Formats: sequence, structure tokens, C-alpha cells
Amino acid sequence: MTTLTRAPVRSPEGLLRFAAPQQFYPLAGRLAPWFAWAAALLTVVGLYIGFFVAPTDFQQGEVYRVIFIHVPAAWMSMFIYLVMAFWAAVGLVMNTRLSFIMSQALAPTGAMFCFVALWTGAVWGKPTWGTYWVWDARLTSQLLLLFLYFGFIALTRAIEDPRRADRAGAIIALVGAVNVPIIYFSVQWWNTLHQGASVSLTRAPSMASTMLAGMLIMAIAAWMYAIAVALWRVRALILERERHTEWVGEVLAAEAQTQGRAR
Amino acid sequence: MLSAFLAVLRRDLLLSWRGRADLLVTLAFFVIVVCLFPFGVGAETNQLRAIAPGVLWVAALLASLLSLHRLFAQDHADGTLEQLLLSSEPAVLWVAGKIVAFWLTTGLPLVVAAPGLALLFDLEQGALPVLTLSLALGTPILALLGAVGAALTLGVRGGGMLLALLVLPLYVPVLIFGAGAVDAYLGGTGAAAHLLLLGGGLAGALALAPWACAAALRIAME
Repeated sequence: MTTLTRAPVRSPEGLLRFAAPQQFYPLAGRLAPWFAWAAALLTVVGLYIGFFVAPTDFQQGEVYRVIFIHVPAAWMSMFIYLVMAFWAAVGLVMNTRLSFIMSQALAPTGAMFCFVALWTGAVWGKPTWGTYWVWDARLTSQLLLLFLYFGFIALTRAIEDPRRADRAGAIIALVGAVNVPIIYFSVQWWNTLHQGASVSLTRAPSMASTMLAGMLIMAIAAWMYAIAVALWRVRALILERERHTEWVGEVLAAEAQTQGRAR
Repeated sequence: MLSAFLAVLRRDLLLSWRGRADLLVTLAFFVIVVCLFPFGVGAETNQLRAIAPGVLWVAALLASLLSLHRLFAQDHADGTLEQLLLSSEPAVLWVAGKIVAFWLTTGLPLVVAAPGLALLFDLEQGALPVLTLSLALGTPILALLGAVGAALTLGVRGGGMLLALLVLPLYVPVLIFGAGAVDAYLGGTGAAAHLLLLGGGLAGALALAPWACAAALRIAME
């Protein structure tokens, strides 16, 4: 990791000075490894509790243990979309480039968690319900959320002018955020009308405290992972966007030098 | 204030009328897609009756999706859009005018044609007004949401596919309540709740979508 010793630009705004990509780049570089280590540590602890300490479920046997990945992934996928929309709104209102970069850096991680939640859900569904997929309200709205992520990523990647890509992506993120509750509600309505009571996902919450602890630790690990990855992606995006500026040239030269020394 | 709305509405309707063959293409697409389904699922009457509302709604949704690219593309190509954005009139007004004209020329024909097509599926007579009403309330929402997507993808490479990817997830609630209205009528629970929700959705979309669309156009033309 490079530690850049550059004189901090004094500005009266305090923390807000990190809204400048030039200031945020080294900060993100310093913070990301901490979050990554925290994520790794918590994952090991959480999975150990989940796989070895937590008791076997009396109904589902060992299969239920996928919950320790499934539930945190599902939580993160929904939460990251909201954070993404939040940064998009901040970007549109405050006109800060870094906010747009932030929302674009979060999108692939959110889509990944969304996919993981669907995938583990299907794997979990086969032994417990006898089918990989049911058109249940939660599953269906999770699938639509994945499509919303794809739309956002595709739109921001398809537009070449970064300024336009930022703003267009922000608008679609906000439109999506307004629609997420409507989609969830409508899908639930549709589901109850069409299918009646088929497979109920709301099992009695007879969860042992160790199970809950494992799940919460895994959820925090997922948070840490998402933050670390987003910070690294923000750094890459900043370098790409600002590649014509002087300070990026300095940074790249310094990094090349340290790498050369290490060799 | 309203003159900008009316002027753009009149102009777009006139342009559509001059090129009315284009409008027939949308309608023909709708008819053909609907007629494809019996070939795919078999012509068993009970089955056709059961799938009729869904088929008609999905076909109407696809037809309005495929006509969306026409909404701004021509004005974008010949520079009219820039001139409109430069004018002192509020963009929301003429954007609303364009969307209304777009719905009148592409959405309304679908609404009118749907009951006739429903007869091919032997849909119950009493359900035809419900189907028409649900389409009359639902297709304007499709046009309004689609306009935002069309403005965002204006002049972007791979715009058509991208537009579908952006807009189709947002169309799902409209599809659910639209097709659900007919199903609810047939099921005996009454379509009022579905139709009221569609109406509420239309009011909400009418209030928000022209603003989002105008903002998207500004971004696209910067």
C-alpha cells in the first residue's frame, strides 16, 4: 500500500474537503485495507459459529446453515440499492463528482449480493421445498431488484461522456428507488391472489441465540466487505476519470517507484 | 403557459398523422403477438380464456416499449429538441405535451383494438369493459415511465436493448394490476381495487414522470 505524504490542502470545510476526488483517493486507500481485514476476520468467526457452534435445526437438518450467507446477502442487496440512490441524490443536489463515483462503485457489489441471495436461496429451496424456485413475493422482488441493478450498470457503462453517465445513472437510480416499494407491494398482492398460501417463508422465528449471533456477525462482515470493495473501486474510478490531471500523474509515478523498489 | 403544451401536442399529432403508416406498424405488432400465443400454447378454449388477460397485457406492454424510441429520436436528430430546450417555456409542459401525443397515437389504438382481440380468446363479454378500462388507465403509465427511459437512452449506443432493460422492471406493477383487474373480475371479486390502484399509479406517474423526463432530456442534450 502506498502512503502518500502530501501536504493537506487546508480548507475551512472540515470533513467536506474529502468530497474532492484528489483528497479522497489517499483516504480511501488508507481505509480500505482495514475494512477488508475486518471483513475477513468477521467472516471466519461468523462461519465458524454458523458451521460448528450453532445447533442443527430440528426441522431442516444441516441444510439451514446456508442462512448464514443467504440472509446477509439479501439484506445487503436491498440496503446497497438505497445507499446507491442516496449518493445519486446527493450528487444531483450538491453537484459533487465523488457522490456519483460512489454510487457507481457500489452497484456491482449490490448486484453481486443480489445474485448470491438468489443463488443460495435456490440451493436452499431444493431440499426444503422440493423446488429451486417459487414465484413467491420475496423471491420475485429480489429478482426484479437484480434487473434494476443491471439497468443501472448498463446505462452508466453505455454512455461515454462521464458527466452525462453520472447524471443519467443518478436519475434511473432514483426512479428505481421510488419504484422498489411499489414493486414489492404489487408483487405481494399478485402473489397472494394467484397462488394462495403455497410455500410460506415466514417460519416461526425459533432461532437459537448462537444462530442469530452467527448471522449478525456475517451481516457485519458483509458490510465491511462491501465498504472495502467500494472504496477500492472508487479509487480505480477516480484514477480513470482524473487521468489527465497532474496529481494522478504524480500518484502513478510514486506507485511505480515503490513497486520498482520492492522488486 | 398552456399554449406550449397545446402547440407541441398539436404538432406531434399532426406529424404522426402525416406518417400514419408508422402507427399501423405498432398496432399490427400488437395484433400479431397476440395471435402468436395460441400457436405456442395450443388452442384449447379453457386455456385460452385463462391466459387472455395476461397475453393481451404483455403484448400491449411490448408494443408500447417498441414504439418508445420514436418519442424523441426524430426531434433529437433534426435539432428540434435543442431548440425546445432553449426556449423560455418550462420544459415540463412541452414534455407532457409530447407524451400525451405519443400515448394518443400509440397507446390509444391498442386500447381500442384490445376488446376485439379478446374475442379471439373467447373472453367473457362482461370482462371486455374491464379490460378496456384497465388498458386505458395502464398504457398512459407505460408511456410516462417509458418516456423517462427514452430520454435517458437518447443517442446512446445499443439504446433499444438498454431501454428495455431499464423500463421493463418498472412496468411490472402496471402489468400486475392491469392483468389482475380482468382476472379479479372473472374470479368474482370485482376489479374496483385493481382499477383504483391503476388510477392512483397514473396520477402519481403524471405528477412525477414529466419532471424526471425533462431532467433526463437536459442531461442528454448537455
